[in-house]
Amino acid sequence: MSLPLDQAPSIAERARDLAFFSHRPAGAGASRRAELVVPSMQCGACLRRVETTLSALPGVTQARVNLSTKRVIVEWRDADHPPALIETLDEIGFPAHAAELGDQHHDAELSALMRALAVAAFASSNIMLLSFAVWFGADPQTRQYFHLLSGLIALPTVLYAGQVFYRSAWSALKHGRTNMDVPISIGVTLTFALSVWETMQHGRHAYFDAAVSLLFFLLIGRTLDHMMRARARSAVAGIARLAAPCATVIAPNGSRRDIALSEVMPGMLLIVAAGQRVPVDARIVSGTSEADCSLVSGESAPVPVSTGAELQAGILNLAAPLTLQALRPSSQSFLAEMTRMMEAAESGRGLYRRIADRAAALYAPVVHAAAALTLVGWLAIGASLHQALTTAIAVLIITCPCALGLAVPMVQVVAAGRLFRKGILVKDGSSLERLREIDTVVFDKTGTLTVGVPELLWPNPENLEENSALAVAAGMASQSGHPYSRAIAAACPQPLAVRAEALSEQAGYGLEARIDGAVFRLGRPGWAAPLHAVDPQVSVALSRDDKPLASFRFRDRLRGGAADAIADLKGRGLAVELLSGDRASAVADLAGRLGLPYRAEATPADKVRRLEELKRQGRTVLMVGDGLNDAAALASANVSIAPASASDIGRTAADLIFLHESLSAIPLAHRIAVKSADLIRQNFALSLAYNAMAVPVAVAGFLTPLMAAVAMSSSSLIVVLNALRLAAPRHEEASHG
Amino acid sequence: MADALFLVPLAVVLSAAALIAFLWSLADGQYDDLAGAAERVIHEDREHPLPGRSLRNDIAGQDGG
Repeated sequence: MSLPLDQAPSIAERARDLAFFSHRPAGAGASRRAELVVPSMQCGACLRRVETTLSALPGVTQARVNLSTKRVIVEWRDADHPPALIETLDEIGFPAHAAELGDQHHDAELSALMRALAVAAFASSNIMLLSFAVWFGADPQTRQYFHLLSGLIALPTVLYAGQVFYRSAWSALKHGRTNMDVPISIGVTLTFALSVWETMQHGRHAYFDAAVSLLFFLLIGRTLDHMMRARARSAVAGIARLAAPCATVIAPNGSRRDIALSEVMPGMLLIVAAGQRVPVDARIVSGTSEADCSLVSGESAPVPVSTGAELQAGILNLAAPLTLQALRPSSQSFLAEMTRMMEAAESGRGLYRRIADRAAALYAPVVHAAAALTLVGWLAIGASLHQALTTAIAVLIITCPCALGLAVPMVQVVAAGRLFRKGILVKDGSSLERLREIDTVVFDKTGTLTVGVPELLWPNPENLEENSALAVAAGMASQSGHPYSRAIAAACPQPLAVRAEALSEQAGYGLEARIDGAVFRLGRPGWAAPLHAVDPQVSVALSRDDKPLASFRFRDRLRGGAADAIADLKGRGLAVELLSGDRASAVADLAGRLGLPYRAEATPADKVRRLEELKRQGRTVLMVGDGLNDAAALASANVSIAPASASDIGRTAADLIFLHESLSAIPLAHRIAVKSADLIRQNFALSLAYNAMAVPVAVAGFLTPLMAAVAMSSSSLIVVLNALRLAAPRHEEASHG
Repeated sequence: MADALFLVPLAVVLSAAALIAFLWSLADGQYDDLAGAAERVIHEDREHPLPGRSLRNDIAGQDGG
């Protein structure tokens, strides 16, 4: 009975990741550094506990927690082995895993945006103050002075804070495209140039405030948008790490040597020790062991394997050394196939066009056309070039989409914050857009609909006799920490009291107890009652003096809220189905309980094929899964959610992650995604309505700096306030249905 | 008008000083862990800031929003 029922990667695996991801900081001599993610840190006490515990480890020079990002950076003196960081954190109740390398570098772009935003905020507030004096009727001398001063503040701002837009506009133009940054860049620079001209001419109207506050509002939108964009990360590297580093081959003369994976030819004999992964697809020639096939089936319960069985590359050999014969070269192995599927799925992902980009593609030409037509129109009716240009620039200012720039990111930031408080992490803003469009939800079974913890199947445990088999079994099981033991103990309200000294645990087999002179055994059926044939569905048997008393069957416990969540999703008009790598009987039982159509014994490739089939039928699919075997499906679905207990690769491949046990996170995420899509539409409508009102005024040549400032600020403000409606808790009730 | 001639630039210079202070605190990593900073202030056993400035800067900017 040695079952690692925990779906999450083992401590050893995570510790190996740590060694993989640690690195030498530049110029720090003989020290190494690693970054760990510790999701369960919640408060100051946790922070202190983690820091002091890690600092006390031998060799550790420093540990610094970042509570906002739930990470800790640890530095230690360079040694052969990294300190037992992950093991130690596990012991004090903070499961941790190494942060991927890609995470580790500083987000330079966000810092640059923040600096530009700070400069624009400074400039626009100061210029606004000066402009107020001008709007409320300063005498010409003061007005001229204030215009000059405004120009001096605006010049460095337009040069520095506007760079983000100029660069993006330039690269778009260079490739013969246009994007929203083109009219923005033209608008800002022309507005500034016009204002300088006006100031030099001692004119009445200078638009320094418009140029600078336009940058300010747009930079807010741009910064929020950047925060909502996931940095490109790939699960492909994670899969590659499951490959054995090399293979041990047995030469015909019996000698062993390690060779590179690419040199393994079909027919070669290979040795795979316990704890190693199978290097290429192979058949067992001799040996009997247990294997962790979670990569293939998603089931982490060990599968007994023996001579003749075929093992796919990446399967972990758990118990005893195996001699294998290679069937395929490593380039055609199961793992290589998984990697290719992953790559294909991830490159397909990049094709989604975000709603803001689609809106910009429609809107940018309108802005150019409106300004150009105004210029031509005014020239046609005989206005001077100066007047025509001034009016055309006024149109550019008023059509510049600052509210439009805020419309999407503001809503997505508020929605992500709301979801975060509910224990759901959104990696990328566009995943909310994609989540809104789904019409089908596909669930994995183990680890997703179920928690991977066994539950005893036993009729009426409440009314049983005192000395019944279950009471005896529960009495014995209550003194063992094994998952099956816990399930038996949990199922019996009144266990028989068994003295601890009468009990012994036989590792790998079960428990043995002496009660009233008889020997009771609880454990593997073949060990407890060796002379009696048993049903293969029975996992644990109880025997008295080798005579079977009872047999126990288990099923995987449903994740909390699973039934309600599925009913809720169906009630929202979504098709729900089950797609599992597990045995048909287990899947059918669960599907029956939940009333779902199902497909069982699906390989990772089958899962991807099923999703593609659904896509061909015009469906938009949300995939909910956790295992290694779901990774490719998670990446190829339109949008995907994984529980926090998922494998590293599953979490990397998924778009959203829910931290709590309950599946109610999924309907909630969908509800908020739908709500935020509504708000984004409203925001578009509101900001376009503002432009529609102001544009005729600008075309007619009546626009003043004051009107531009009011239109810009109030439309941005309204868009922000509208987005904040999503944060109000009362919407949770109001938005049902 | 004569007052405004130097008072207004003075105001601008003062707010520019605030801007520079903000940019410095941003580069120093003081906004990297607002939740952690709020908790750390309660614990009394450290009378000086942690030495690991480079560590703090490294953690910066990884919050997804």
